[in-house]
Amino acid sequence: MGLLSKKDSKLILDPLADNNPITIQVLGICSALAITAELKASIVMSISVLFVMGVGNVVISLMRNIIPSKIRIIVQLVVVAFLVIIVDLVLKAFAYELSKTLSVFVGLIITNCIIMGRFEAFALGNGIWRSFLDGIGNALGYGVILIIVGFFRELLGSGTLLGFKVLGDPIEKTGLYAIGYENNGFMLLSPMALIVVGILIWVQRSRNKALIED
Amino acid sequence: MEHIELFFKSIFIDNMVFATFLGMCSYLAVSKKVSTAVGLGAAVIFVLAITVPLNWLLDQYILQPGALKWLGPEFASYDLSFLSFIMFIATIATMVQLVEIIVEKFSPSLYNSLGIFLPLIAVNCAILGGSLFMQSREIATFGLALNYGIGSGIGWFLAILAIAAIREKIRYSNVPAPLRGLGITFIITGLMAIGFMSFGGMLTGGDEGASKKEDKAVEVEMIETPKVDNEETIEIAENTTTKEIN
Repeated sequence: MGLLSKKDSKLILDPLADNNPITIQVLGICSALAITAELKASIVMSISVLFVMGVGNVVISLMRNIIPSKIRIIVQLVVVAFLVIIVDLVLKAFAYELSKTLSVFVGLIITNCIIMGRFEAFALGNGIWRSFLDGIGNALGYGVILIIVGFFRELLGSGTLLGFKVLGDPIEKTGLYAIGYENNGFMLLSPMALIVVGILIWVQRSRNKALIED
Repeated sequence: MEHIELFFKSIFIDNMVFATFLGMCSYLAVSKKVSTAVGLGAAVIFVLAITVPLNWLLDQYILQPGALKWLGPEFASYDLSFLSFIMFIATIATMVQLVEIIVEKFSPSLYNSLGIFLPLIAVNCAILGGSLFMQSREIATFGLALNYGIGSGIGWFLAILAIAAIREKIRYSNVPAPLRGLGITFIITGLMAIGFMSFGGMLTGGDEGASKKEDKAVEVEMIETPKVDNEETIEIAENTTTKEIN
């Protein structure tokens, strides 16, 4: 990290683990759970959030001295809604099928608490460069969880990764299916996302005792 | 009939929290005490009941492709649906501000206990999600939109009330330390969501009468096979209960 000072790189690295937006700050859970049945959808969602957070944090940071504090929520919402419309139209143009899968959840990036939370907590009080790094860091932390959850749900639920049949063909009984392995269709149902995230939290907190709640 | 169906569907089958995970942030953050949960839940019902019909009107008369026809025939080809995010969120933000002022005026104690979460209703995914689902499911009339708003609000209220009650009790049980707080709440919510999935069979489809009749015919044919399953599941259930007693 030659480009970044130690303080700056901390902004990016912290949200990846010890201050993760999903498992520690409890922000942005709605979308994290609903679209993780496929790895591809989780990756696209992470990239969308990365874009919105990076640009949004910079815009809010630029305007931080001229936004009256009473109407700041509405201003923030308009900035995010503008960015999300761009994302939505780009997705519809270049990945129409995927945008159907994500359905309303692209729109729900607007109300993704991570974005508003970081605007409030960071971008309103910090300079452009640091806000940008904070946005990228938190979006990456969000993306990491999304991709982990998506990975396990798709692998265990339908035996594929990004659509490739990594465990063999369930109908022709090749690969793992030859020795009697069955897909766990339960993993594709929405409640399992909650339980997978719960287990992730469990694993993380048993590795780092400092995070345990009383 | 249509109304009753939509009402129960939006409360139980398409429950905001358990089926689509909307409004999870405030659901997790405010569910530590039943009293605050009730306050927030009531606020969500209220805001949804106002914003969904309002946004339905916006969608019908401004945003949909061809919705501007009432302005004159030359506007018929306009499609403003890409603006719906901004329009919806602006309506919601305004309404939330209004609710905040009303609550502050008439119930200061509730206002104090809800703290920062009242403004956060504006960014509660459940509220925007309600409007977006209303749009994507193409709800037909104003009455149905109102019905959908109230129904999904009650569903959310039910969910946060249930989890708050469970969290108040679970404080006395011996949860593994790393799971305490957030972790166990996630897992309980998952289990509750599995429970709520059993409502899924209550109304199959419900959109067309024809598919319903077919379903019934299939059910009649299927009657013999499920019986065996039922006996098995009863046996399993008995086994598990005896294990628990042991």
